[in-house]
Amino acid sequence: MILAKIVGTVVATRKDERLVSSKLLLARPVDPSGKAQGGYLVAIDTVDAGEGETVLIVSGSSARMAAGLKDAPVDAAIVGIVDTVEVKT
Amino acid sequence: MQLAKVIGDVVATCKDPNLVGQKLLLVQPLDPDHKPVGRVLVAVDSVGAGAGEEVFVVRGREASFPFLPAEVPTDLNIVGIIDHWATVGEDRP
Repeated sequence: MILAKIVGTVVATRKDERLVSSKLLLARPVDPSGKAQGGYLVAIDTVDAGEGETVLIVSGSSARMAAGLKDAPVDAAIVGIVDTVEVKT
Repeated sequence: MQLAKVIGDVVATCKDPNLVGQKLLLVQPLDPDHKPVGRVLVAVDSVGAGAGEEVFVVRGREASFPFLPAEVPTDLNIVGIIDHWATVGEDRP
């Protein structure tokens, strides 16, 4: 999984019907110190994350294992809101 | 799979129900010379790895297989703690 920061929301009224009632957020990958790295991505939120929060995003077909996304056309799902990131070594 | 080193951990109380009880570790992918390569990622751990240990990780959907039938939403899982590795005469760049 990757660490990312929520930087915005995405609204799409016309979309695949399996995406209806899902919350779409705009996220940017960050390194453990919170510095942005890499491009933006749209992710489905399954844990009620909010703007500015650091989250955990699962990508690829594993994203469909997140709650309620069994056959949704998604490849990125927010599966956790990060409280602390500790680098030890 | 990929060589990596566990460099820390992540705490997330609010998460997917199937991630509850899973350890979330920060891993830094390594090259055969033990040097960091690529971004730091977050992996679940199914072998009890700790910070500082060199491990190998499985990526993608297969990362959730060790937990089946539970559907753990992960795309990176530590599946081995490495004792040591050696590279035989290979002319790397």
